[in-house]
Amino acid sequence: MELHRDDIGARLGMWIFIFTEILLFGGLFLVYAVMRDRYSDEFHQAAHQLNAFIGTLNTVVLLFSSATVAMSITAVRKGEKRKGVLFIFITLVCAGIFLFNKYLEWGHKISIGLYPGSEMMIGLKHGYILFFSLYFFMTGLHMLHLVVGSIILTIIMVKIQIGSINSGKYTLLENGGLYWHLVDLIWIFLFPLLYLIT
Amino acid sequence: MSHLETHITDYRVYGWVLLALLILTSITITVTWIDLSALTVLVALIIASVKSFIVLRYFMHLKFESGIFTVFIIMVLLIYVLVIVLTFFDYLLR
Repeated sequence: MELHRDDIGARLGMWIFIFTEILLFGGLFLVYAVMRDRYSDEFHQAAHQLNAFIGTLNTVVLLFSSATVAMSITAVRKGEKRKGVLFIFITLVCAGIFLFNKYLEWGHKISIGLYPGSEMMIGLKHGYILFFSLYFFMTGLHMLHLVVGSIILTIIMVKIQIGSINSGKYTLLENGGLYWHLVDLIWIFLFPLLYLIT
Repeated sequence: MSHLETHITDYRVYGWVLLALLILTSITITVTWIDLSALTVLVALIIASVKSFIVLRYFMHLKFESGIFTVFIIMVLLIYVLVIVLTFFDYLLR
């Protein structure tokens, strides 16, 4: 007996979840918008502490990873299992690069005493504190989503390999891909607003 | 009931989409080097919106999905824009 499947319903469910994520990050962007208007000079100054090169590298890496996860879906739908696994693997490598870059960025800032609640931070002007709080919180929350997405994609990669995701049944892969594209979309807005306002 | 046989996107399409996104990214960076003060943010946001549209339509498959999905997304974005507008009505008139 075939279990009832509703692939379109499953995808719609993922989209509904994505809507909640849009509103979650949207709220943070709203805070950013108001605070940036109030403390525009200090935001402008504070942004100099961010490394635009690493930010750009991360943007490129994430865009590339979105392409590879989409290609993985094409591969699985065409029955090309090895390519399907390979593309997800490349996506995960990209995620690893992104995380490594974030480790470099955050590591540097923390090592110079620049982190939420630090003595240095508390001594800064209000606008600076706001910028860095938003920076750490938004990139941190984004990073959390990236890690969760990576775990999901790893599970998906295994499932493709063992065949439980295949050309007749690939909704989990599609949904994992949608989540990954969301991670990419958030960064598409985070990058210019945090890194390119100098 | 199994899902309908929908269009399988070719690998190369994703390659072109990626290229477009990378070009738009480099435009964003170049534009921010030119100081247009308030306008810089607007341009950066517009380009980011174009990139989002491309990601939504091609990577997230909205082009080949039932039209109702696009309607939902537009509705959610409108709600969000409404929240921003209302917030700024308050903030700017304080």
